[in-house]
Amino acid sequence: MHISYQVQAGDFSNAGNVSSNIKKILKQLNFHPSLIKRIIIALYEAEVNVVAHSYGGEVVCNIAPDTVIIVVTDTGPGIPDLSLAMTEGWSTATAEVREMGFGAGMGLANIRKNADELTIDTGANQPTSITMHFSVSTEVKNEP
Amino acid sequence: MTLHEVVEVVQGTVICGRENLSREIHLGFASDLMSDVLTLLADDILLITGLSNNQAIRTAEMSDILQILFVRNKQPTKTMIDLAIEHEITIITTPYSMFRASGLLFNHGLKPVY
Repeated sequence: MHISYQVQAGDFSNAGNVSSNIKKILKQLNFHPSLIKRIIIALYEAEVNVVAHSYGGEVVCNIAPDTVIIVVTDTGPGIPDLSLAMTEGWSTATAEVREMGFGAGMGLANIRKNADELTIDTGANQPTSITMHFSVSTEVKNEP
Repeated sequence: MTLHEVVEVVQGTVICGRENLSREIHLGFASDLMSDVLTLLADDILLITGLSNNQAIRTAEMSDILQILFVRNKQPTKTMIDLAIEHEITIITTPYSMFRASGLLFNHGLKPVY
């Protein structure tokens, strides 16, 4: 199953809609609750990042029986120093983002914690693409 | 403790999810920072927060948290309440501060996540 959604920059009232939709689909497909939680926490962090930090982007989700791969891509402005951005507590978030309860510099580190594999392509003045792999075998899949 | 007991202890008002007040909860986590809530592994949590916006409800939804206590008399908007009802999340409000509400609930047996 292949699904994609657009994510608008700065649209905090709708931040989480994509993650919510994908969570419903994963539940309908009867994936293990702890796998769904790992996927959705990582995706929600990535979705909030697109809303908070980018010019907008999209979420592409590929669901197979043994793997869920989610690619979150934005149109910039990119992360100049990725290792710094992966450091817990480091953030460039605006006051508006902090008022939303985010911007503590935890997002990318939390994505890394929840995904089985994480690849980030980025750079200054470039799009950012985050690819998250989740292996179903990490949890026992619920049989229908 | 049950959510009904939570309401009594904090002199709370139930905004939605009244049908779930007999639900037993064991853990509490107090934070205005949703980034911290998203790092928790446990599900069976009462989220105690003063952050009254859509992202508080969304964070609860993503974290499989089914009950939120808004402190400092923060009132959820209609959009937040609709979102909470859709995801079967109970919302309780209290005039107490986060410190007071957390202290009272701790004394009545609610355990910290860590």
